Amino acid sequence: MEKISAVNLTKIFGPHPERALKLLSQGTSKDDIFNQTGQAVGLADVSFEVPEGEILVVMGLSGSGKSTLIRSINRLIEPTSGQIFIDGEDITTLDHDELLELRRHKFGMVFQHFALFPHRNILNNVEYGLEIQKVDKELRQEKARDALKLVGLEGWEDAKPSQLSGGMQQRVGLARALAVDPDILLMDEAFSALDPLIRGDMQNELNSLQDRMKKTILFITHDLDEALKIGNRVVLMKDGQVVQVGTPEEILMAPANDYVRRFVENVDKSKVLTAKSVLTQARVVAYPDDNPRTVLDKMNSECLSGILVVKHDDNTLQGMVQVKAASAAVERGDKSIASLIQEKVPTVTSTAPLTTLISILVEWPWQVPVVDEERQLQGVIVYSGVLAALAKRENI
Amino acid sequence: MEKFSVPKLPLDDWIDSGLDFMTENFAFLTKAISKDLKEVIEHIVEGLMFFPPYVVIVIFSLMGWWLAGRKVGIFTAIGLGLLWNLRLWEPTMATLTLVLVATFLAVLVGLPMGILAALSRTAYRLIMPLMDFMQTMPAFVYLIPAIPFFGLGEVSAIFSTLVFAMPPAIRLTCLGIKQVPAELIEAADAFGSTKLQKLFKLQLPLAVPTIMAGINQTIMLALSMVVIAAMIGAGGLGGEVWKAIQRLEAGRGFQAGIAIVILAMILDRLSQKIGQKK
Ligand SMILES: Nc1ncnc2c1ncn2[C@@H]1O[C@H](COP(=O)(O)OP(=O)(O)O)[C@@H](O)[C@H]1O
Ligand SMILES: [Mg+2]
Repeated sequence: MEKISAVNLTKIFGPHPERALKLLSQGTSKDDIFNQTGQAVGLADVSFEVPEGEILVVMGLSGSGKSTLIRSINRLIEPTSGQIFIDGEDITTLDHDELLELRRHKFGMVFQHFALFPHRNILNNVEYGLEIQKVDKELRQEKARDALKLVGLEGWEDAKPSQLSGGMQQRVGLARALAVDPDILLMDEAFSALDPLIRGDMQNELNSLQDRMKKTILFITHDLDEALKIGNRVVLMKDGQVVQVGTPEEILMAPANDYVRRFVENVDKSKVLTAKSVLTQARVVAYPDDNPRTVLDKMNSECLSGILVVKHDDNTLQGMVQVKAASAAVERGDKSIASLIQEKVPTVTSTAPLTTLISILVEWPWQVPVVDEERQLQGVIVYSGVLAALAKRENI
Repeated sequence: MEKFSVPKLPLDDWIDSGLDFMTENFAFLTKAISKDLKEVIEHIVEGLMFFPPYVVIVIFSLMGWWLAGRKVGIFTAIGLGLLWNLRLWEPTMATLTLVLVATFLAVLVGLPMGILAALSRTAYRLIMPLMDFMQTMPAFVYLIPAIPFFGLGEVSAIFSTLVFAMPPAIRLTCLGIKQVPAELIEAADAFGSTKLQKLFKLQLPLAVPTIMAGINQTIMLALSMVVIAAMIGAGGLGGEVWKAIQRLEAGRGFQAGIAIVILAMILDRLSQKIGQKK
């Protein structure tokens, strides 16, 4: 189910958007529109969806319209045209009071420069959203304490924001957003103001929180590494327009144009790409009751020195048989390969990063099986596949 | 020459007839207010005079100590002690009352006006020129129409003091609210705050130091009006100065003047610190 869906969102900054809109529909560029009308194009016909429970990262250079986009979603900025659906309801038609209700219950927002209230202590900051909802004091403070616990800031309730480091302040910002238990988190460059180490910690923490919470998150960043680390999918923006939408791997492997290509140039792909993007289907597999002769033929046909064995009915991985063992069994006249199966085989899941695969492949000359939680075989990793993926970067 | 002269605009006559009209129709109201306010003032002065001066001195000194530190506490004790010794205790209390009542009313009217000016562009455009008018008009002029409305005495004095001393309270309230960073306002909006919630939970608390600076200025302006106000019978330390002027008694005049300076310094230090405490 789509949690957020934006349809043809356009935002023109300025008192008379009509002319700018007309020029925009004729394909005039943002700069030309500004020069001709003095109106700034914030968003130009942006559409995208965020399914429930997904983290969608919006990325782009400064001035590309990211902040305008995220603020349009809760109408802190009124879009000039277009629609926003939250849980299927068009929120562009809501009146003032309905809009306040929506913001109170559906959204939690985290800001680049934290935007903590300096006159309130940490606990009072975190309970703010609930206070606005007129939740009674005991309950809201209990929830605020829970939220602080969630971000690892127990014991700081009575401190003032100015007493905390940047990283801790942003944890408070996150706790303040989580305290109202919103469906949707809006995070505008939430980690951009933090120094790199703290930033990495916060990214990991967000990922692990998200594993438990399953919120729908719209996350803005201008940093590709961050986008790839956090996002289930990435929207790339330029001059208020969407340039490409896709999974991190799609964006890395198939940049839509030069703008995207320039973005992805400097990414260390081996950290970002996962087994999923380099796995191939196992062209042949053996079954435990196969005749050694058959297995040997299968291996010869694909020039393999080892073959993976799976169960017939559910495709679960049993192990591997090497070509030497199979030939010996043929000579001995064995009926099946059941006794030849070597169970100790390294396996990976489809989310394993390339760096892991490489370190396995260095010591394991055969195919590396990719399995899911039930050990069902999903594909195999071969050395050449990994090399090809990495090489793709070099010819960009 | 006569031929070319343009007839004079009867601005003075217009203002007179406007004021006459207001006096005829509203004087009953202002006179009633005047009577009540006069009683309030008398009660406060009586209250202050009910305690022996040393009790009042101790209370003020402790307040000074608590709010602004030991130095201010000691200064308050010595300063007020001197005023008592100079036999100026009663006029000092009268002036103090006048200043405090005028300040209280200035805040009562000025705070909402400042808030309004900060939140509404239309209000801002109306109120700010009015502020300029109130502040640049020579303070003496307010005394003239005050009398038909409020009669001779303290209330007229308070009224003209109010008009003269209110602008900083309005201006700095407005400024304090407008100074609240936009990103904090945005955060409050993102959580679904109503305008009033924003005002009371964010804007006003953050504006307090600025508002207090405005009130401090209001108090100082009110004190600067006491001599002028004495011309319409306000009494107090201003009255002492006024009498000294009329009789050309330099010593007596300076004595009262110094008393005003001491009172001003004490009120200044105390009111500066009230906003910062807590
Ligand atoms: N309030 C505003 N008034 C006029 N132009 C604006 C306003 N806010 C943003 N813009 C313009 O809209 C464009 C997108 O800005 P923004 O969304 O802040 O970009 P980003 O967050 O990606 O850096 C910029 O060109 C900016 O100048
Ligand atoms: Mg931005």
